[in-house]
Amino acid sequence: MTEQSINETSPEVVEQPEKKEPLGVFFWLCLSWLILVAVGAIFGNLLPIPDPNEMLSMPNEGMSAAHWLGTDALGRDIFSRIVIGSRISLTISIGSMAIGFGVGGTLGMLAAFRRGILDLVATSIAFMFLAFPSIIGVIAVLSFWHPASLGKITLVVGITSIPLVYRVVRAATLATASKEYVTAAKVMGARDRRILFRELLPNVAPTALSFLLFGLATVVVFEGILAFLGLSLPPYLAPSWGNLINESRDAITSTPRNWFLIVFPSLALCLFVLCLNFVGDRLRSYFDVTEVKL
Amino acid sequence: MRSYVLRRLILLVGIVFVISLGSFFMIHLLPGDLATVILGVANTPENKKILYAQLGLDKGLVQQYLTWISHIIRGDLGHSFVSRESINTLIWHAIPIDIEMIVLSQILAFATAIPLAMRAARKPNGLFDRISNGLSFGLLSVPSFILVVYAVLFVALILKIPNTGPASFTRMPGFGLLFDSPAEYFDTWRLNLLSMVIPTLTGSIGAFVIYFRTLRSDLISNLQEEFITMARSKGLRRRRILWRHAFRPSSVALLSTAGINIGNAIAGGFVTQYLLAIPGLGATLIAAITTQDYILIQGIVFVVATSVVTINFLVDFLTTIIDPRIARD
Repeated sequence: MTEQSINETSPEVVEQPEKKEPLGVFFWLCLSWLILVAVGAIFGNLLPIPDPNEMLSMPNEGMSAAHWLGTDALGRDIFSRIVIGSRISLTISIGSMAIGFGVGGTLGMLAAFRRGILDLVATSIAFMFLAFPSIIGVIAVLSFWHPASLGKITLVVGITSIPLVYRVVRAATLATASKEYVTAAKVMGARDRRILFRELLPNVAPTALSFLLFGLATVVVFEGILAFLGLSLPPYLAPSWGNLINESRDAITSTPRNWFLIVFPSLALCLFVLCLNFVGDRLRSYFDVTEVKL
Repeated sequence: MRSYVLRRLILLVGIVFVISLGSFFMIHLLPGDLATVILGVANTPENKKILYAQLGLDKGLVQQYLTWISHIIRGDLGHSFVSRESINTLIWHAIPIDIEMIVLSQILAFATAIPLAMRAARKPNGLFDRISNGLSFGLLSVPSFILVVYAVLFVALILKIPNTGPASFTRMPGFGLLFDSPAEYFDTWRLNLLSMVIPTLTGSIGAFVIYFRTLRSDLISNLQEEFITMARSKGLRRRRILWRHAFRPSSVALLSTAGINIGNAIAGGFVTQYLLAIPGLGATLIAAITTQDYILIQGIVFVVATSVVTINFLVDFLTTIIDPRIARD
């Protein structure tokens, strides 16, 4: 049986039909939404939508054929501001996760594979940082590091995510490193590089991927919090989901009939976060990641 | 068991030491110009020199740290650079608000999550389980700052309840007031609890979702264990099996999740405080950040991080009492 499953590559042997339930319609819906938002962010300028920074018409206009989601207090089109606003959220979240996984993920795999002094030191440092609510660190650093820029926010959020990514990737690698096939590879004299990339990485990747999606969602929310504290990009530089919501927060309390100012940006943010969480959660149960607590 | 607790305690002291290093050096290495903030137009090189000498900022970083930490060991967090007030007093004044927010929202979160998770785990994939699981997943994706904004709008525009929105915060009454004027004492409590409605609701939702999901999945896997089959075959009632046999092992996972979550809850509460103008630690911290009051920032960060670590230590300690197997390895 074991010999067969190693040699055979046909899907009947690899797949375990009784365990894998299909990903479901909602999974594909969420994934398409994520792709749609990403496409909108990348090709926003080419789309036939109004300029997000141009004051085109009357302020606080309701929904119409010309302005699908209405216009804001300066007469700018809300729909295109949301579409273009996704750029900030996406850049910050993807950029900071690249830093987090680049440093934390690499260190986590190496530490779990090599163990010894590297593991001891890195793990102790990571756990000490994890005791620290990272958002406070981000707020403190960004408020001293004026003026806010996309690069600074990405860098600071990315660095604070390193300990968490490290812990998750390390735990996932530890769980795989004790498997028989890794020992077998070691015994057969495989080089470290081969074991890391061919044996460990493919098995750590599912955990890392679903954690990556949760991480992206968390950073999108982070950007919103920073915008509320006035630490994200200011609205006159570029619209972001966070500053769109923050901008309309006060306007709404005095004139509730302008509800569309705040409802659509916050809907965009929540829907995006929901889709990221859902895709991550489905992938996690699809790959049956049970030994690693995320 | 005792050596386990002792080991954790030594680790705790070590972590607190590292936190003190972190909160000091992280903030001191940041760029920023304290002199401009405090002196304004009077920021001449001579004045700056005098100010830095007054604040002890002219000495080396290591010496500054040693002065700071030796004061902390004696229980003195120093004086604010900007307002010159004692930081102990500032924190002592703000922290009851944070504690009240955390306690109320955690109670609400546990009181809703535990019964719902028990009910959902009874029939996994049943109608109740699916609905509550789906709803909790939806709530997971609504960040607390958005919840606060909508809660304010809802209460102000639809329910029209006064004393709940921003800038209507009332402190807990002092105990002395009870003897001076009982009526005023209870009225202050009423106003205080009213202004706690939004922070409690919005703070509890995030915690509820995490507790519900953790407890539900843990209960479902525990209910498949052999000791449950054993309890069933003994003919025990379902209610007793759920609470006595399945809940106890599952509460370990719940507790450690709670320990992690409380750290996030403190930080999340900061944003709520900022939005609702509640003068807790969070609002104090954000004010200190905008005035670049180093020593106040590092004092608050130190106190918050130390409390988070201590809470996690207590949670670990509690879990070993519930499940003594943990201390053995």
